[in-house]
Amino acid sequence: MKTFVYIDHFKGEVQPASWEAIGVAKSFGTAVALVFGTDLDEITKAAFEYGADEVIVVDDSALTDYRAEPYASTLSALASSSSPDLILFPTTARTRELAAMSAVDLNTGVLTDVAKFEMNGEQLVATRPIYEGKVLEKTVCSGKPVMATIPGRAFPKPERVAGTASAAGTLTKAAAKTDALTTVQGYSASESAVNLGDAGVIVSGGRGVSNNPSLTPPAGMDEKQAEVWRAQQGFALITDLAALLGGAVGASRAAVDGGYVTYAHQVGQTGKVVAPDLYIACGISGAIQHLVGMRNSKVIVAINKDADAPVFKQARYGVVGDLFQIVPALTEALRKKLGK
Amino acid sequence: MTLCVLRCNKRIQIKELALKIIACIKQVPDSEAKVKAEDGKVTWGDAPLVINPFDEYAVEGALQQEEALGGTVTVLCIGPESARDALKHALAMGADDAVLVSDAALTELDTVGAARVLAAAVNKIGGADMVLFGRQTLDNGSGLTPAQTARVLGWPMLGLAGQIKVDGGSVTVERVIEEGRQTVNAKLPAVLSVVQSIGEPRYPSFMGIRKASKTTIPVWSLADVNTAAPAPIVSRVELMNPPTQEKEVEMITGESPGEIADKLADKILAEKVL
Repeated sequence: MKTFVYIDHFKGEVQPASWEAIGVAKSFGTAVALVFGTDLDEITKAAFEYGADEVIVVDDSALTDYRAEPYASTLSALASSSSPDLILFPTTARTRELAAMSAVDLNTGVLTDVAKFEMNGEQLVATRPIYEGKVLEKTVCSGKPVMATIPGRAFPKPERVAGTASAAGTLTKAAAKTDALTTVQGYSASESAVNLGDAGVIVSGGRGVSNNPSLTPPAGMDEKQAEVWRAQQGFALITDLAALLGGAVGASRAAVDGGYVTYAHQVGQTGKVVAPDLYIACGISGAIQHLVGMRNSKVIVAINKDADAPVFKQARYGVVGDLFQIVPALTEALRKKLGK
Repeated sequence: MTLCVLRCNKRIQIKELALKIIACIKQVPDSEAKVKAEDGKVTWGDAPLVINPFDEYAVEGALQQEEALGGTVTVLCIGPESARDALKHALAMGADDAVLVSDAALTELDTVGAARVLAAAVNKIGGADMVLFGRQTLDNGSGLTPAQTARVLGWPMLGLAGQIKVDGGSVTVERVIEEGRQTVNAKLPAVLSVVQSIGEPRYPSFMGIRKASKTTIPVWSLADVNTAAPAPIVSRVELMNPPTQEKEVEMITGESPGEIADKLADKILAEKVL
């Protein structure tokens, strides 16, 4: 089976699930990595080192900024000319559009956020979450090529073997399609890059993070401002712990709706299902959407003052207590024990 | 003759100033619903069916543009008769009119199929300056339909718009992605997907609810929108409940926060996940 693996990158930063997709492709047969953009030498080298048998590079100034239309047309043209059986993408904002459009061009379908692949005879069967992960479905695609996106950390990342670049595989250069319908006029980076999908450790806060009675907000704040201010002090403790463990900061919907942190941090609900090795839930009671979004984590720790909170039903370890005391104490204890 | 040209010119001018916006919505089980797989079907007990929460941002974005520049907002939905309620919600928020595409032949519709039917309905409505979507639906959750509709229509796709600014014949959006915010521009007509940064969707007003209850919602069949039922390319072969993962939780207790933290740190380190 021949698989195209679309290597998704933003200004040269590759989404790690692209490498995980190479691993999946290799398990089926031949992995052909596709790299679009400009200045692609580093990414091409990495693709070979992660195991790609072939890399197709489309280096064209028309593809400098990701834009859905020319990227989709370029992909569709490549797929038409070399007929892969499967095209894999890491799930990102870009690939959802790109795969979607290319599927229209090629009259095929896209299986999104696939958690597991299996073969049923010649047919590829994909297991994916629906209804925010409350239910799983097995789906098949009768079109060719089958297209599928995989979330971060759902499949093992292949080992990167330095020095295998280009010696092992074939490098092909292909032409771009330049049918751009949009213009990118500017870009501003996030204040704090949030990449929950690839985080090995996530420390999350919920509504409880704003409930520290011992804090006195600065004078002149109204009730809502004081609540947000309190929550931000609480999230500072969570951020300290996340930083020590090299992890990301997550949040429940209540914390996002309360304006404590931005939407990018939200676990659950948006279909943002995370599966870190360690998930620490602080002041999160455990609404169903949140639990669905994090229950595949390897080890879950819950810290909440309410012993009946549903979050404890998903946790491996639980602490009934005041997160404003427990979290900083845990940060200190781990700092000592890790010798940091 | 002269008069006619003048009239025509006037009409063209009015059309240029006033935006024609279509917001596409879907009806889904409420987010709080206990959704389960039962006998090969998805069930949600007696939980209500509501407008897909992400689509409320599309309706909100459409209404903001209508307020700023004048025009009309039409809500469009594919679904069974019961989906009228979702359309009524959008009407009560302030949309001008609504269309339901409903057909017995639409039992199995994948996202490419939905995009083809929606594009046909957009053409039947007489086109638009902008077609707005939510980023994804709560049920299928794939988030593919907006870009696929754009591709079928041959219009530019501006995804994940947190801010929308229409100026003359073009639209500029602030696109909210994992890496930050991008400013992207395209000529109209265009398809947009709208995200939460657009602002909280307004609640239906009392007047709006009264108006919605009086508005007639036309129901179009596939024949009405001049298309046949698209054959599904993606189909479901099995439905499962996720494995129940209720674990035996080990509660960590102690005399002081320091002691609890110390014990918990040892437990975490013993898991070898750091």
